[in-house]
Amino acid sequence: MADYAIEMLNITKRFPGIIANDNITLQLKKGEIHALLGENGAGKSTLMSVLFGLYQPEEGEIHKDGRKVEINNPNDADALGIGMVHQHFKLVECFSVLDNIILGVETTKGGILQKDEARKKVLALSEKYGFQVDPNALIEDITVGMQQRTEILKMLYRDNEILIFDEPTAVLTPQEIQELMTIMKNLAAEGKSILFITHKLAEIMQVADRCSVLRKGKYIGTVDIKDTTPEKLSAMMVGRDVNFVVEKKPVKPGKVILDVQNMTVASKRHKNNAVNGVSLNVREGEIVCIAGIDGNGQTEFVYGLTGLEPLKEGKITLHGEDFTQMPIRKRSIKGMSHIPEDRHKHGLVLDYSLENNIVLQRYFEPQFTNKFGFLKKKEIRDYANRLIEQYDVRSGQGPITKARSMSGGNQQKAIIAREIDKNPELLVAVQPTRGLDVGAIEYIHKQLVAQRDAGKGVLLVSLELDEVMNVSDRILVMYEGEIVGEFDPKEVTVEELGLYMAGSKRKGA
Amino acid sequence: MNKKNNTRDSILRNDGFQTIIASLLCILLGLLVGYIVLLIINPSGAAGAISSILKNFLYYPSAAAATKYLGTTLVKASALLMCSLSVLFAYKVGLFNIGAAGQYVVGAGACLYCAIALHLPWIVCLLAAVLASAIVGGISGALKAYFNVNEVISCIMLNWIGLYAVNMLLTTVKEETTPYTKPLSSANSSAILPTLGLDKLFSNNKFVGLGLIISIVMAVLVWIILEKTKFGFELKATGMNKLAAKYCGMREKTNIILTMMISGALAGLGAACFYLTGVEQWMVQQTSVPSMGFNGIASAFLGGLNPIGAIFSSYFIQHITSGGSYVDKTMYCAQISDLISAFIIYLCGFVLFFKLWLNRYLDKREEKQGMKAQKGGEA
Repeated sequence: MADYAIEMLNITKRFPGIIANDNITLQLKKGEIHALLGENGAGKSTLMSVLFGLYQPEEGEIHKDGRKVEINNPNDADALGIGMVHQHFKLVECFSVLDNIILGVETTKGGILQKDEARKKVLALSEKYGFQVDPNALIEDITVGMQQRTEILKMLYRDNEILIFDEPTAVLTPQEIQELMTIMKNLAAEGKSILFITHKLAEIMQVADRCSVLRKGKYIGTVDIKDTTPEKLSAMMVGRDVNFVVEKKPVKPGKVILDVQNMTVASKRHKNNAVNGVSLNVREGEIVCIAGIDGNGQTEFVYGLTGLEPLKEGKITLHGEDFTQMPIRKRSIKGMSHIPEDRHKHGLVLDYSLENNIVLQRYFEPQFTNKFGFLKKKEIRDYANRLIEQYDVRSGQGPITKARSMSGGNQQKAIIAREIDKNPELLVAVQPTRGLDVGAIEYIHKQLVAQRDAGKGVLLVSLELDEVMNVSDRILVMYEGEIVGEFDPKEVTVEELGLYMAGSKRKGA
Repeated sequence: MNKKNNTRDSILRNDGFQTIIASLLCILLGLLVGYIVLLIINPSGAAGAISSILKNFLYYPSAAAATKYLGTTLVKASALLMCSLSVLFAYKVGLFNIGAAGQYVVGAGACLYCAIALHLPWIVCLLAAVLASAIVGGISGALKAYFNVNEVISCIMLNWIGLYAVNMLLTTVKEETTPYTKPLSSANSSAILPTLGLDKLFSNNKFVGLGLIISIVMAVLVWIILEKTKFGFELKATGMNKLAAKYCGMREKTNIILTMMISGALAGLGAACFYLTGVEQWMVQQTSVPSMGFNGIASAFLGGLNPIGAIFSSYFIQHITSGGSYVDKTMYCAQISDLISAFIIYLCGFVLFFKLWLNRYLDKREEKQGMKAQKGGEA
């Protein structure tokens, strides 16, 4: 019995109107890497919150090493040796790596911090697992991959035995992902038990020993990875077969819709330009994809294109009309739709209802506002209901649900519904499938292709190479604020793209 | 049985209902704390003091006198209501207008100067107050929008600038022998707000009039703007998520400035509605910003940040503030009334906490019931 490090037995957690976890059992063996797979809203986060004592389950028990334990708050979880690397890191930006690691468990002598011993321990751990982290570097100066290692070191420093990784690869480059996989395997070999929450089937196949699948709050099953295939796993997750390959007709590009000449955008982080003289165009009926590793100027390029940041230099035209200085509202009316990178930061007013968010780009139109400036609530409700149905946006209370309470996938669907239903000439989609499950990704890819087939232009910014290869008709690679290569997805390999993305190759401009 | 429970729960879950309950709880708690403090200072007079505060104008045995002083409380409450609207309007847009006090002062200065020095009719004085206060509010708004200066800091500084500027300005129109501005009745009676016959209802209290109606109309207007119009939709969106507002093309900078201007205008209108009745003269040697604007903050929260709720909370706060002046001064020092009303007002800020607690309690109970129902089903 005692070969399980942690067992969550028959956990049931209800919220008003919904059963988030319905009789779920999760058993984590000692020294194994156990993947937890499920769509958004499947109940993974709730289950982890139960494990961390943030929620108390109505039913079920948690056992550690075969003994029943009570976890009433995160301190209890910590005392039991459970640690977690969150999707969004919990680090103090202006502190050093070492300070972040010891934060909360500092050794002091007479109120004075004793860092020397901590430094030795961190260096020893770092060497043991091959982390190569400089304990004195400030968090804000190191890469995302290094920040993640700091989080892992935090758990190791606390001698945690059970390590939870929540979507750890979402922010990493392909190389960093490989390094993380190695680290995870090393940790498991050292006897740590790892719970690996992810959507990415390839990673599960590569690194996990077993995989438990949740769907709509229910426990579907646990399988040994050596006995399964990605297709089987995804069918378990979504309850049907999923089409991995995006089906689309051959590309027939028409006139140029968007033309960007020599765009330069200043950086907020450093003195150099974040975007440096980028020129590109998007034609009718094609999906152009900007590929690249996060932080190479894609975000700033989109800000400049959509008007969120001013340009230092350059010219933007859409259907021949000068967009360079145009206010955001006018760009939107004239046919530019923008699915923003960060749905919480830009995409939604989280404390507004779903219906208010759905009309966020159109509330001022005569169909929703009368000539005295009063909102037409009934028309807004009807319109929201139509989009909710058409785009299958699921929520607790329909149009009056607060956006904050919806799952990430459905929030994204609401944004996509809003932006596509405006019937734009150009759809700028920035990482539209970030953090979403296979089912939602498939749906969103279909929507992008539908826009293209309707003769619109789509500019897709993506960090996911699978997405880049499957969806786009033309690939532009961005490296350090410049376009370093243009490719036809049929004629290029992922490895080749990776070299351009990492800056080790570039085509002469 | 179950059904009955459900309807009761849904009432308890209702936001408006929760606000009312929480506000009442805050009031009770405030009174209790105030009572305890009075007991500590002087046990023998505590009960009497609390009841004087609560009785306010009912202190007078004659019905006529009581109605008359009810009128005066209402005049003050209407000014407070405007300050409270000023605070809550800005709050909905994510701005904390602690400058309502200063905007109120500037409004008072503008309308009194126009009335006494320039001999202008009341409507012009009223508009002057609105305009001046809107400009003061707009300064804080512009600083926030263009230079990201925290509006709390700039508002507090403007409160003092406003106070001393107004003191200087009104020194030119003060009575020769006292530090008070000349009474409107003798200096310029055309500047006094029309009573519209309302004075008759309050035992010929000539201060009651148009101001009362303006304040109620404004409360309703603010509610309509926030809840029903495109403008309100934009303002609230800007308040909740400035970046999303920018993303969807709202002019967030303009909205911030406009909000602070409207907020200032409301406070200025409150000052005009108060000082243009002639109920009080400005004391040009004041060294502290009148508390009206600050009480507006408490009143906005006690009213659950709802313009209609603010009508009632403003009245209540003014009621106890006025009531404080009837406390027996032989037993307690003169500041005791301010202290007690301050306790109550302070606790009024806890409305939001009470709502949180109530919801947590309901959640827990629901969980328990859910478990019971489950067990019952199994058995």
